[in-house]
Amino acid sequence: MSTDFYREGEPVADAKAPAGPISERWEKRRFSGRLVNPANRRKLRVIVVGTGLAGASAAATLGELGYRVANYCFQDSSRRAHSIAAQGGINAAKNYRNDGDSVHRLFYDTVKGGDFRSRESNVHRLAEVSTEIIDQCVAQGVPFAREYGGLLDNRSFGGAQVSRTFYARGQTGQQLLLGAYQALQRQVAAGTVDLHTRHEMLELVIVEGKARGIVVRDLVTGEISTELADAVVLATGGYGNVYFLSTNAMGCNVTAGWRAHRKGAYFANPCYTQIHPTCIPQSGEHQSKLTLMSESLRNDGRVWVPKQKGDDRHPADIPEDERDYYLERRYPAFGNLVPRDIASRAAKVVCDEGHGVGPGGLGVYLDFAAAIERLGKKAVEAKYGNLFDMYERITGENPYERPMRIYPAVHYTMGGLWVDYDLSSNIPGLFVAGEANFSDHGANRLGASALMQGLSDGYFVLPNTISDYLADGPFDALDETHEDVVAARKAVDDRIGFFLNNDGDRTVDSFHRELGKIMWEYCGMERTDEGLRKAIGLIRGLKDEFYRRVKVTGKNEQLNQELEKAGRVADFLELGELMCIDALHRTESCGGHFRAESQTEDGEAKRDDEHFSYVAAWEFGEDAPVLHKEALEFEYVKPTQRSYK
Amino acid sequence: MKLSLRIWRQSDAQAEGKMVSYEIDEVSEDASFLEMLDVLNERLIGEGEDPVAFDHDCREGICGACSLVIDGQPHGPQAATTTCQLHMRKFKDGDSIDIEPWRAGAFPVIKDLVVDRSAFDRIIQAGGYISAPTGTAPDAHAVPIPKQDADAAFSAAACIGCGACVAACPNGSGMLFMGAKVTHLSLMPQGQPERATRVLGMVAAHDEAGFGGCTNTGECAAACPKEIGLDVIGKLNRDFRKAAIRAA
Amino acid sequence: MSTDLQHRPAARPDKRPRAPQAPWRSNIGLKIAMAVSGILLVLFLIVHMAGNLHVFEGRESMNDYAHGLRTLGEPLLPHESILWVLRIGLIAAAAVHIWSAVVLTRRALAARPVRYASKKPAKGESRHAVATMRWGAVVVFFFVIWHLLDLTWRTVNPVKDVPDAYGAVVATFSPERWPVTVFYLLALAALYFHLRHGIWSAVQTIAGPNTKWRKRTQATGLAVALIVVLGFAIVPLSVTFGLVN
Repeated sequence: MSTDFYREGEPVADAKAPAGPISERWEKRRFSGRLVNPANRRKLRVIVVGTGLAGASAAATLGELGYRVANYCFQDSSRRAHSIAAQGGINAAKNYRNDGDSVHRLFYDTVKGGDFRSRESNVHRLAEVSTEIIDQCVAQGVPFAREYGGLLDNRSFGGAQVSRTFYARGQTGQQLLLGAYQALQRQVAAGTVDLHTRHEMLELVIVEGKARGIVVRDLVTGEISTELADAVVLATGGYGNVYFLSTNAMGCNVTAGWRAHRKGAYFANPCYTQIHPTCIPQSGEHQSKLTLMSESLRNDGRVWVPKQKGDDRHPADIPEDERDYYLERRYPAFGNLVPRDIASRAAKVVCDEGHGVGPGGLGVYLDFAAAIERLGKKAVEAKYGNLFDMYERITGENPYERPMRIYPAVHYTMGGLWVDYDLSSNIPGLFVAGEANFSDHGANRLGASALMQGLSDGYFVLPNTISDYLADGPFDALDETHEDVVAARKAVDDRIGFFLNNDGDRTVDSFHRELGKIMWEYCGMERTDEGLRKAIGLIRGLKDEFYRRVKVTGKNEQLNQELEKAGRVADFLELGELMCIDALHRTESCGGHFRAESQTEDGEAKRDDEHFSYVAAWEFGEDAPVLHKEALEFEYVKPTQRSYK
Repeated sequence: MKLSLRIWRQSDAQAEGKMVSYEIDEVSEDASFLEMLDVLNERLIGEGEDPVAFDHDCREGICGACSLVIDGQPHGPQAATTTCQLHMRKFKDGDSIDIEPWRAGAFPVIKDLVVDRSAFDRIIQAGGYISAPTGTAPDAHAVPIPKQDADAAFSAAACIGCGACVAACPNGSGMLFMGAKVTHLSLMPQGQPERATRVLGMVAAHDEAGFGGCTNTGECAAACPKEIGLDVIGKLNRDFRKAAIRAA
Repeated sequence: MSTDLQHRPAARPDKRPRAPQAPWRSNIGLKIAMAVSGILLVLFLIVHMAGNLHVFEGRESMNDYAHGLRTLGEPLLPHESILWVLRIGLIAAAAVHIWSAVVLTRRALAARPVRYASKKPAKGESRHAVATMRWGAVVVFFFVIWHLLDLTWRTVNPVKDVPDAYGAVVATFSPERWPVTVFYLLALAALYFHLRHGIWSAVQTIAGPNTKWRKRTQATGLAVALIVVLGFAIVPLSVTFGLVN
């Protein structure tokens, strides 16, 4: 097998989740965890990195509890974290519709949707807490959509059979984030949170085995400083930008998590990547990011490609019998509404065969002609008008007259730093929340669950579980002269010095683009043994070249966006290799990870529960990463194979 | 397409800045405005020059980071569109385009096209929230809210905090930004207890940050990429008057 | 920036946002002062304009009207007492209006210290106000001084006899003194733009109407501005063109 790329270490286990009936575990854990008395809280300092849903809600809540919080973000305001871009909604098991929803059903759907690669205890807690999140956000004044009676509206999302998704038009993430942002700003005004914007975490400080601080760079002045504390929380989001082109914001990066990983934190399931089927395709080499179009478009649009390869006629000139409605053909029961991963892969297959449309043949048609004929243009406009406008703004094409072109794009990463039930990484004092951890979505995330997890971690889970760790604090006084602090800082200085002094001739972006192409080609929607091995070789070569040839202009003591990007891309290069190794070792297909070797006769993903029912937690190794397996047990939801035929 | 750009270059907050001309060729009309600048920057780095610094992040019109004044108009010529969503097909081959940072006393330039908008955060800190500590909330259905109020609150809350309103205002006023938040929160029943202290606090923070007063010219609303209207300023004025009279 | 956590100040307890010092000194407070004083000045203008129309009823009617203003309240009250109360109110309104305008303008200039290199025409709802409001105010201010010298104190008017208001009007706008009429009309043009924006702007500041009522307010402001300005303009034009002599 592929053991030439990694070593296997001791198994790892989550020691914090209590045993017993699943619905009592969270309550049990809250009771067994130690508390910190209010007078002592103000002697304890907690660093929170990131101000998205998880980071802002955690920082605000910890501040309210009386801890002294230092909160960091690289954006110019904490309100700009990428949670703001989430469109669809947030799930909660409120059962306001009386349609049979319950905490247990949300738990069940999430475990199943995650293709049985998540922890039951964590997912159940997420489902329990989901209802509190809605209460909390409403109390903050989040303007959720309402019905005429004044009560909250719900919709069904992502193929769920119940209506449990709360939403605020197509900007739910924005409204939830602004709620958390306002709660955070309130604590800033109250003096409990020191908020540092335009600061980027570049190193984790570990002293005597405990996470005790971070090294940050002030992105305006270039000043490098250390912030020391009793605990560190990373809420730094996902790493989809390893693909260069993704629906993530340009600044999203893995640096905080990767720096922690290099210092010993395990990185779990890095290969689990969610690829969203309905994004606007790339228009050329200049492309910097991809824009998501709401999944709801597939409710009325029909997906097709020309039967003839390389057919470049205007779509209206292609007669019906020369069109291949491939989703309807292959999945007659679900048709255009098959789950995200299946729709994405099917698009890749037809494009790889040469049927794709638009620039580079990387696109399929999403056609509303039938819907317009059936419902009338007005009705279609009422339902999708804003999405059509957005499409036209970006592509210059009118989707009422010409079918939209869509193509899958990287959207969310289920993997992340390994955490236990308390959201503590394997480094004592280092906690990880939101998309940055791996904990709740298994191998595939359901729609409207990302917002739920971010806020669950930040408002309700972490502030409760962190006290068990902080109860041992305050830890020994530290100052900047401690050798471990000095060493961490020096590592940052050296890295920056290297980039600025490297006599290179290639831009950072050119490396990032090249890495993205390798990742997309070999570690994207479909992965093979051969392709992944090739990718690992290519990434290693690219990494060598990066350190030889990267060119960073300017100096440290200024706003230097090239320098920021250089450090991020350096970390993406290492992460990319680990993702490929993880994908290579997992020879089964599950959720967002599709191995061509592991499919049913009909070309569907085939899980291998006998060999892979575990979390792959990777430990950093200079020569090769070390795999620690955490076995997954399913007491309540028995694994089954998905079928959408 | 081929374009002549004039871009504001300023190496840091203290430095003198000036408009610098660049010629750029082979720009795809499918590129976004920021992607056009990416292409320029790639070239500048290749030539050993300092690339043009500008704020941007999500590039899908929602984070509010991008902030360019294009030909004298915040976010450029297309209505209801942020800079990142503006595409080059809106320009013609051979056009010359001026690119400047937001100009306002409360938004000092940090470098090139990047400005410091932390004054907006300080306005929010002065009261732009509802005090609802985590865990204290009643059931979400405890208080019904009329749909039209919830919808109006949403429309105001759609503000992305980009600062185009300030950049467009001849007085460098932040009233549209502030009015949007005051309107959002004062339309919610949960926002009532702090309604008076909120507006007084926010207005004081707004003035202290150095934003100018409103002269109701409407330039802010015309520049707003989220089409927030002057009614939020009216509501802010009304709430302020009531609160000030009650406080007196 | 931060270093040693033991040296950091302890967290401050949760406290309310600090109450602002004096709301009336805020930008909005000053705007309200400007709006209220402006509305008083508009009411004066309407009355003044309507009074001017007495000129079309002939010398006697006009002079009686002027006399009536001076003797208002007599014999109960001393001569010109009511007039002086009105005058003081007017002066106070003008003073508040000008003072708040000056303070706000200075703040606005400080809030926008650097101009754009590239200038695009304004495109807001009240776009005409951007270029006309402040300069127009200066024109109106100088006009008012001239107007007082001309028709109140008669310093620059050929007719020094105060009771003969009619004569003074006819004299000042006589065809040979056409530049006076031109200046008057110019000031009215400035006043038109000032009122057209100022009236709805005052309502927006004080009452804060919703979108529907804002549109109505804007239409009302436009109508009042037109009526006032045309009402004023008709007098000098009639004299200059010999319809009244």
